[in-house]
Amino acid sequence: MGDHGGIEDCIRVSQSIVQWFRFASPQSFYPLAGRMVPWFWAAAAIFGIAGLWMSFFVAPTDAQQGEGYRIIFVHVPASWMSMFIYLVMAFWAGLGLALNTRVSSMMAQALAPTGALMAALSLWTGALWGKPMWGAWWVWDARLTSELILFFLYLGFMALQAAIDDPRRADKAGAILALVGVVNIPIIYFSVKWWNTLHQGSSVNLAKSSMATTMLWGMLLMALAFWMYSIAVALMRVRAIILERERHTEWVKHAVA
Amino acid sequence: MKPRQKRIALIAGGLASIALAAVLTLNALDSNIALYVTPTEVLAGKAPQGKAFRIGGLVKEGSVKRQDMTVRFIITDTAKDIPVAYTGILPDLFRDGKGAVVQGRLGGDGVFAATEVLAKHDENYMPPEAQHAVDQARKGNAK
Repeated sequence: MGDHGGIEDCIRVSQSIVQWFRFASPQSFYPLAGRMVPWFWAAAAIFGIAGLWMSFFVAPTDAQQGEGYRIIFVHVPASWMSMFIYLVMAFWAGLGLALNTRVSSMMAQALAPTGALMAALSLWTGALWGKPMWGAWWVWDARLTSELILFFLYLGFMALQAAIDDPRRADKAGAILALVGVVNIPIIYFSVKWWNTLHQGSSVNLAKSSMATTMLWGMLLMALAFWMYSIAVALMRVRAIILERERHTEWVKHAVA
Repeated sequence: MKPRQKRIALIAGGLASIALAAVLTLNALDSNIALYVTPTEVLAGKAPQGKAFRIGGLVKEGSVKRQDMTVRFIITDTAKDIPVAYTGILPDLFRDGKGAVVQGRLGGDGVFAATEVLAKHDENYMPPEAQHAVDQARKGNAK
């Protein structure tokens, strides 16, 4: 009896896996991604407006830093995204390497520019914030340096992919670089704990936060807006990559015509 | 093993060895990654001799004295103190009792001649009223 249920479960699970694998083909993922894009844009707009309103009008002035601290509402979400996108990118690249699924590699390729943008935004807003508060645009402390390395990893991934003509070989080389770079992510995250840094520790973690509630909400809403924006842009970019790479197939000729 | 399993095993093994290499490297570099040393470490002779380095700590309360463009204060980790002299503009967040990182050289007289002063702030963000309440509570505890 128990065995019987187990077999049925197996069949059900394998059926649902088959359904998921259907989207691993570029042909079926292309229209699905197209349908999702407007929803993520709409969500990005809603969270963005709510987040900006919280950040500018509801969140109070900071006791130490006055109004200058408000750059946190861009700086922290951008930094979170830069790290998280890297993990997602490495996951898809690694999956493409292990299982030879084409769409996974395309997804990794589509995420890289957005990740690089977030890393650049994090470094840039950090410099703008550092000058008035710390007294320096840049210091070679562990947090700042490891984030800069992350930015270079994104650029390196994009350059490597672009340098190899055969897309499948480019995917493989890029995936190895992306996977090796994953060691940098925990280094960024824990750098402020492991070493003496000028950068302060984390204000938010799963257990508690050391921010006033409305400030925290503004930051979380902005983070959600950044998430939605990143997903929308990555899906649009992956659609373009699919068309480009599958341009010799019949379905693309139909889809474009 | 199927080629796919072999590939996955190869990737997993590769990642594990990279992680191990990273851990060992970071361990070896430990003291070089730190941006600054504490006053206790300096007085224990752990600071680099004859070259510029950074000291991090708190600006001892009531120790800041200005004389023309030169500022003198004491940087402390609450255990040991080091006097600092600095000529130049201080960052906005440089305050009595708050964190700071100073870069410069230790003179023969034991005074640290700073060429750069950075303010280090903490990870707490709160409105002025809340800060006031925290300060009041702290004063109450101290009495």
